Amino acid sequence: MELLIRNGTVVDPAAGRTFESDVLIKDGRVAAVEKKITARGARVLDAAGKLVTPGLIDMHVHLREPGQEHKETVASGTCAAVHGGFTAVAAMPNTDPVADRPEVIRYVLEKAREAGRARVYPVGALTVGSRGKELTEMGALREAGAAAFSDDGRPVADAHVMRRALEYARMLGVPVISHCEDLSLAAGVMHEGLVSTMLGLKGTPAAAEDVAVARDLILAEMTGGRLHVAHVSTAGAVRLIREAKARGVRVTAEATPHHFTLTDRAVAGFDTNAKVNPPLRADADVAAVREGLADGTIDVIATDHAPHAAHEKEVEFDLAPFGLVGLETAVGLVFTELVAGGVLDVVTAVAKLSINPARVLGLSRTIAPGAVADLTVIDPDAAWTVNRAELVSKSKNTPFHGFKLKGLPCATIVGGEVHLAARG
Amino acid sequence: MPVRHLLGLADMPAAAINEFLENALPMKQIISRDIKKVPTLRGKTVVTLFYEPSTRTRMSFELAAKYLSADTVNVSASASSMAKGESLADTARTVAALGADLVVLRHPSAGAPHLLARMVDVPVVNAGDGMHEHPTQALLDLFTLRERRPDLEGLKLVIIGDLLHSRVARSNIWCLPRFGVDVHLVAPPTLVPAGLAALGVTVHDRPEDALPGAGAVMVLRLQRERQQEGLIPDVREYARLYALNGERMALARPDAYVMHPGPMNRGIEIAPDVADGACALITDQVTNGVAVRMAVLYLLMLGRGD
Repeated sequence: MELLIRNGTVVDPAAGRTFESDVLIKDGRVAAVEKKITARGARVLDAAGKLVTPGLIDMHVHLREPGQEHKETVASGTCAAVHGGFTAVAAMPNTDPVADRPEVIRYVLEKAREAGRARVYPVGALTVGSRGKELTEMGALREAGAAAFSDDGRPVADAHVMRRALEYARMLGVPVISHCEDLSLAAGVMHEGLVSTMLGLKGTPAAAEDVAVARDLILAEMTGGRLHVAHVSTAGAVRLIREAKARGVRVTAEATPHHFTLTDRAVAGFDTNAKVNPPLRADADVAAVREGLADGTIDVIATDHAPHAAHEKEVEFDLAPFGLVGLETAVGLVFTELVAGGVLDVVTAVAKLSINPARVLGLSRTIAPGAVADLTVIDPDAAWTVNRAELVSKSKNTPFHGFKLKGLPCATIVGGEVHLAARG
Repeated sequence: MPVRHLLGLADMPAAAINEFLENALPMKQIISRDIKKVPTLRGKTVVTLFYEPSTRTRMSFELAAKYLSADTVNVSASASSMAKGESLADTARTVAALGADLVVLRHPSAGAPHLLARMVDVPVVNAGDGMHEHPTQALLDLFTLRERRPDLEGLKLVIIGDLLHSRVARSNIWCLPRFGVDVHLVAPPTLVPAGLAALGVTVHDRPEDALPGAGAVMVLRLQRERQQEGLIPDVREYARLYALNGERMALARPDAYVMHPGPMNRGIEIAPDVADGACALITDQVTNGVAVRMAVLYLLMLGRGD
């Protein structure tokens, strides 16, 4: 079966350019990228006025399976992924049980195969039970399919353990994804600042992230390990990563759409959908994250998709779990806030959603003959309004309900198969 | 006046605050009578949900309801289904289904009354939520000050104590400057929340810097667990540096009022002779608390004309 994507604007971030072209897909691979392709009998996808990009990868999601299937499953999470334009996701290991054994990695991969939607790259736990004490059998986890290692959801509090993790992961050629948070400073339920004072909520200062980022950068420099800083949210962290990169430290970083869009003011009214960790920060932090995205300090845009059931969020603010769902709003937020907002050009924005996370995870994403046909088609001009009820994720905990966005994925193609034909 | 709930004073228009206080005046007359009961709220039911131990505030609300002839049901945390794991949202639905006409909520979590107000159709009164607000306390403080000094313009009020955890301080910070009060705050830096000075008040490290010229001093209760949390090195040291004693009071105006939301730790945040001195308004605050809460119950249940 052939698929012909006709009249689209191909975005090729590897070459740093866009061009008008047809794309022919055959047997799950790109067969041709040419100005005018004729393919009799092929299914035709009209992409006039739309962008044809390398398949988007969200390298930071929580699929909640095994253990918390009432929030999300691999099937529902990958459905949300393709709905949001993502052809692949990296699934964090803080499941129940924690993905600290090869069986759990294989279980997640099997569930992903059964679901048959977005590709899933499981992230293995860095330490047993993600308790931060002993390293997992990272070699065995890697063989089972772990693409990276992290104790995401909690930091590795012990600097010695982090040092050994970076050294060991270096041997395996994979990155350590660090949730940078100094727990002794992070006692709050939101960002510490004027808004937390007004709401009478305990705050976590930006320093809780800055201190931990500084430590991990020092350890990455010392060990030569590959450090990937997850969900950067503070001006201090952006500055520290920028300086480290300039020194040649092997560090990459990601930011989430909610951290480049919302400030701590979103918590006013005690909306638990805006309770997230790291917390939504102050104006200066949001500006710094945007600057970090613009100047290349922050390589990747990832959602930290963290589904929670309605009854879990419908509680007092300090009792609610941290996290929000992000897979289905990410593309709209990137195009509205960053591209239309003049922070990033289209090519750079697409790079941060596709080839950059691919590089961090050791994957490849290109639109060239012979490449696996993982592609996303985006309508950059489609205007739409986020409606919680229309999310296909099992959980609806989004603070973006009612947001008017411009930019919508309209086809998600995984291995040549179209998983999203229309949306909006 | 379209005020449906009393969740806090941060967003409350000054006109609404005035309306509460104007209605508290006749209520105070009622509680000064021999027979303190009028039929105003007969047939109405007030539920007080106290998820945190409280004697004074609970009694004050309960008496306010009873003086107006409302029936009251008190649910405290230890006896409630909360102890069995029921969520506040489910308790709210139950209370609404049982036909309460107004709910008073005291809760350790900031914003809990906002959650409750989203869940039930009846008015919700915040009787203190975590570190957030204690609006009826600030209303009674304002009422008490105005009894002595109807025009508060230019009055320098100094609040001394644990500002970080104080909902009383926060509600007063929202309320008093709108009536011309010049609010000064004093606490050890470890007990000052972030960004406080941005709220139009002046923050000082030491009482000696704040007290000169003060026309009123409000002392906040120090909770001893703050020492365990590492926020103050020692309660005695706190008392030495921050307690309102005669020597410090001498820095204020000679006729300066002394206020305290209670209960007091005599000898820790306030010296006994200051607490019991001629300028202390502490018992007036308690009496006025009932009158103000009567006005709140009346206006939210009957006085809105809808």
